[in-house]
Amino acid sequence: MEERRINVVVNGEPKSVDVEPRLLLVHFLREVLGLTGTHIGCDTTNCGVCTVLFDGLPVKSCTMFAVMADGHEVTTVEGLGLPSELHPIQEGFREEHGLQCGFCTPGMMMASKALLDENPNPTEEDIRWALAGNLCRCTGYQNIVKSVLWAAEKLRSEAAMSR
Amino acid sequence: MAQALDEIKIGGLGSSRKRVEDDRFLRGKGNYIDDFKLPGMVHMEILRSPLAHARITSIDTSKAWQIPGVHMVLTGDMAAQHNLAWMPTLSYDTQAVLATDKVRFQGQEIACVVADDPYIAKDGCEAIVVEYEPLPPIVNPYQAVAEGAPIIRDDKEGQTDNICYRWEVGDREGTERAFAQADLVSKLELHYPRSHPSPIECCGSIADYNSATAKLTVYMTTQAPHIIRAAVAIVAELPEHMIRIISPDIGGGFGNKVPVYPGYVCSILCSILLTRPVKWIEDKTGNLISTHYARDIYYKGELALRKDGKILAVRFHCDSDNGAFFSDAQPTKFKLGLIHSAFAAYDIPFGYMTAQGTYTNKAPGGVAYRCSFRVTEAMFFQERAIQAAAYDLGMDQAAFRRLNLVKSHQFPFRTPYGFLLDSGQYEKCLDVALNAIDYDDFLREKEEARAQGRRLGIGISTMTEPLGAGNSREYDILGIKMFDAAELRVHPSGKAILKIGSKTQGQGHETTFAQIVTHELGIPAADILVQHGDTDNTPFGMGTYASRSTPVAGAATAMVARKVRAKARKLAAHLLEVSEEDVEWELGRFHVRGAPNNGVSIQECAMAAYGNMPDGMEPGLENNAYYDPPNMTWPFAAYIVTVEVDPETGVWDVLRMVAVDDCGVRINPMIVEGQIMGGMTEAYAMANMQFITYDAEGNCVGSNYMDYLLPTAWETPGFELHEVVTPSPHHPIGAKGVGECAAVGGPAAFVNAVMDAIDDTGVRNIDMPLIPDRVWEALKYRRDISGAPPVKSDAD
Repeated sequence: MEERRINVVVNGEPKSVDVEPRLLLVHFLREVLGLTGTHIGCDTTNCGVCTVLFDGLPVKSCTMFAVMADGHEVTTVEGLGLPSELHPIQEGFREEHGLQCGFCTPGMMMASKALLDENPNPTEEDIRWALAGNLCRCTGYQNIVKSVLWAAEKLRSEAAMSR
Repeated sequence: MAQALDEIKIGGLGSSRKRVEDDRFLRGKGNYIDDFKLPGMVHMEILRSPLAHARITSIDTSKAWQIPGVHMVLTGDMAAQHNLAWMPTLSYDTQAVLATDKVRFQGQEIACVVADDPYIAKDGCEAIVVEYEPLPPIVNPYQAVAEGAPIIRDDKEGQTDNICYRWEVGDREGTERAFAQADLVSKLELHYPRSHPSPIECCGSIADYNSATAKLTVYMTTQAPHIIRAAVAIVAELPEHMIRIISPDIGGGFGNKVPVYPGYVCSILCSILLTRPVKWIEDKTGNLISTHYARDIYYKGELALRKDGKILAVRFHCDSDNGAFFSDAQPTKFKLGLIHSAFAAYDIPFGYMTAQGTYTNKAPGGVAYRCSFRVTEAMFFQERAIQAAAYDLGMDQAAFRRLNLVKSHQFPFRTPYGFLLDSGQYEKCLDVALNAIDYDDFLREKEEARAQGRRLGIGISTMTEPLGAGNSREYDILGIKMFDAAELRVHPSGKAILKIGSKTQGQGHETTFAQIVTHELGIPAADILVQHGDTDNTPFGMGTYASRSTPVAGAATAMVARKVRAKARKLAAHLLEVSEEDVEWELGRFHVRGAPNNGVSIQECAMAAYGNMPDGMEPGLENNAYYDPPNMTWPFAAYIVTVEVDPETGVWDVLRMVAVDDCGVRINPMIVEGQIMGGMTEAYAMANMQFITYDAEGNCVGSNYMDYLLPTAWETPGFELHEVVTPSPHHPIGAKGVGECAAVGGPAAFVNAVMDAIDDTGVRNIDMPLIPDRVWEALKYRRDISGAPPVKSDAD
C-alpha cells in the first residue's frame, strides 16, 4: 500500500515518518516508534488503555489513523514524567495503590493528566466522570480515585510554591 | 545493646509496603506479551468460524498464499500431519486446535495466517474461502439432552449423546431421611449465567523455535507456566527440557489465562515449520468468543428446615453447560470443581448433590473466573438459597444465618460433602458487618421508605471457601499433584534472590513474597529480588489461580527461608564460637543465649557462608523447599449491600457496601484491600451488567466491549472494608487466600439486596445480571425472570 509522510511531535520530539494510510495511531506509537507504554485492549474505543494526549486532549489511539496525527502533537506515558523523576500522577498511583496488573495504568494516567490540566481541584465525582472511558479490571477504581486526588493535591502545592 | 529491627519498617509481615512492580508499570516500561520484538519475528492471525454448528465442506487457502508478505497459511489438515489438529484438555477430553470436520461454536479456530505484519496476516485470513453445511445449534443444556438433539461431539468414539459427565457427592439416603423429617422445604431454581473473565489484555504468545539448538522458547500470557510446559511437551511431543515457557508481565488473568488455547499451539507449530519467531496477539472479540468462559450452571436445590430455623439437610442438582469441549481447568477428581463446597459455612448434618455436564455449541471452558474451581457458583447458590429459606421461615435473614453458621468452638468441622474446615470466627465477622451497616437502623429505614412507596433492600452474603489447592492426596491436574516450590539464595553481602513457581498477574508477588522472607530472616524486603514466570529459571509450581499463591507458594517461601535460617544458625554459632544450642534467633540476628549484645546479623552469617565457614561445611547460603499443604485455607467473609430500587424503571443503586474479610494474617494490608475491592467490583459487575449470552442461532451476544458491559469508575460503588483475623492453623505464617473472596461471595449480596427490596412481590428469583428491564418486569408482572439462552434476537 502506498505510504504517506507524516510529521508528528511525540513527547516533544519531532518525527517525520512514512506510514501506510491504514496504520493505526497506536501501532505507529508502539511498532514504529517503540513506545510500548501505550497498550491495546479492545479495538473499539471502549477500554481506554490506548489513551494518549492529542494536542493536550485525551484520545483513544486505537481508533485513529496515524495519518490523522500529521501536524499534531502526541503525548504518551513515556512523556509524562522523567526516567529519574516521576510525575505527581505517577507518584499518586504508587502511593495510593492505584494499579495492580498495570495494563490500564498508562491510559488511566493520561486521562487523569487531561483532567488535572483542566481542573486542578477535582471532586471524587469529577474524577469518576473523567475516567469513565477507561476500564480497570483489577482495582475497583476506589484507589485510582484516591491516586488522582493525591496527585491533584501535590500539583496544587507545587504550583503554590512556584508562585 | 543492639537495636531490635522494626519489622514493619524493613517491609516485613503486616507492612503496607509500596509495590516493587509499580516502578516499571508507571513509566510505561512493563513487558507485556505484545511489547516483545524478536529478530526475524512474523505475525499470526486466526480465521474463526462465523457459525456455531456446521460441517466444513471445503477450505480454499490459495488466494491467501498469493498475498505478498504471507509466509504460511495453516489449516487443520496441515496440523493433522503433525498430529496437532486436536489437543488434550485439562479435563481429559480433546479440543480441536484447527477445525477439520465440523465447527462446534461461533469463533472456533479454522485456519491461521502468518505474515510480515498483522495487517497482512488479517488480509490473508479474509482471503480464505470456507464453505459450510449448517447444522442445528444447541445453546443450553436442556436442548442438549432433548430427544433428537444432534450429537455435537461426533468426533468421539462411542459418544451417543451430548453428556460429558455425571457426578454425585454426599449422602443420598441420610439426606432423604432428613428431608422426611423437615417442617418446611425451601426450594430455589436459578441460572448462574455465563460470564467471561475478560482481562483487558487479551491472550498472546511468541513461539521461537531455534532449529540450531532444537530449543523452543514460548513467551506467553499464562498464569501457570510450569503446567503449560508439561502440556506443550505432551501436545507437541517435544522433550520437556527443550521447552522454555516465559510468562512476562500479564495484563490481568482472572482464570482466563490458565488454559492452553489453540492460538498458542498454532504459533508454536508455525514457528517450528518456519523456524522463526511467530507472534500471535488475540483481539478482543477473539478473546471474548473463543477463550474460556465461566459459570453457566443451572441449579435446582432445596433446604430441609425445622420450624425453629435449623437447617437439617441440603440437596441440589447442577446442569452445567460446558460448551463444545469439556476443558475445565480443575483438579482431576472433581468434575464440577469444588461446587460441593457449597454450604460449607453452615452446620448442616446432611448433604447430597448431583451434577451433569453437557456439550453445547458454545465456547468451551468452565474456567475458574476469580474463583477456586467453581466455588463462586457454589457460594452464590448457597447465599441465595439461605436468603430464600429465611423468607420462607419468616425469620430475619441475619438471625437465620447466625443460628446455622458453624460456631468457633466446632473447628475442625467436617462438612457433609467431605471438606474439613479448620478455623474461623463466623459470628464475629457477621456482627462486625451488621454493626458497620447499622443493620437495625436500616431495617427501620426500609420500612419507613416502603410506606412512602420507595423500595430499599439489604442483602447479606456470608461464606467460607476452600482456597489453596492441594493437598496432593486429593488434588492433581493431569496427574501432577498440586504443590508449589521456592528457591532462595542469599548472596555474600546479604542480598537475596527468591525464585517461585507461581506467577503474578497483578497480585504483587514481587512485593509480598519478599515480605515473607523478610519476616523469616530479617533481610529488608528492598534487598530481596523475587523472580517468577520463567520455567528455565524458577522451581516447579502449579501457577497462580484459585487464590493459591499465598497459601501454597507463600508457604513454600516461608519454609525455604526457615531452611536458610537453620544453616545461618550454624554459621552464627561458628562466628560466635558457641555451640548451636546456645544461639538464639531474633529478627535479622543471632545472639548468644543470655548475652544479647553478643551477636551476628544475618548479613554477617551470609558473608561467612562464602568466606568463613567452619571446616567441613558446604559453602553457600541457599536452599529450596517444596510445600504440600495439609489442607486448603478457609477464609471467611461477610458482605452486606444496601440498595434502592426505582420501581418505575427497575434501575437499582447501591447505597452502601460493607465487606468484612477474615483471610488470616495479612502480609501486605494495602494489597489485600486492593484485592478485595477488585473482587467486589467484579461481583457488582456480575450482578449488575456483565452479560455474555447466545441467541438461538448460537451467535455470541457480548462479543465486544460495546455489548459486554464492564463497570467503569462512574457506576462502581464505593466500598467500606473491615477485617477480622483468624490465622490459618497450618499455614507457616497463618495466612489464607483472599484474592477471590469478594468476587465469590459478593454477587449474592447484591442480588439478595435487590430481592429484599421487592420482598413483598412473591418474586423468588431474577437471574443475573439484574439489568433494569428484568427488575422492572419482575415488579410489574410479579414473576420470576430467567436469563437463560437463547436470548431473543432483533428478528424475533
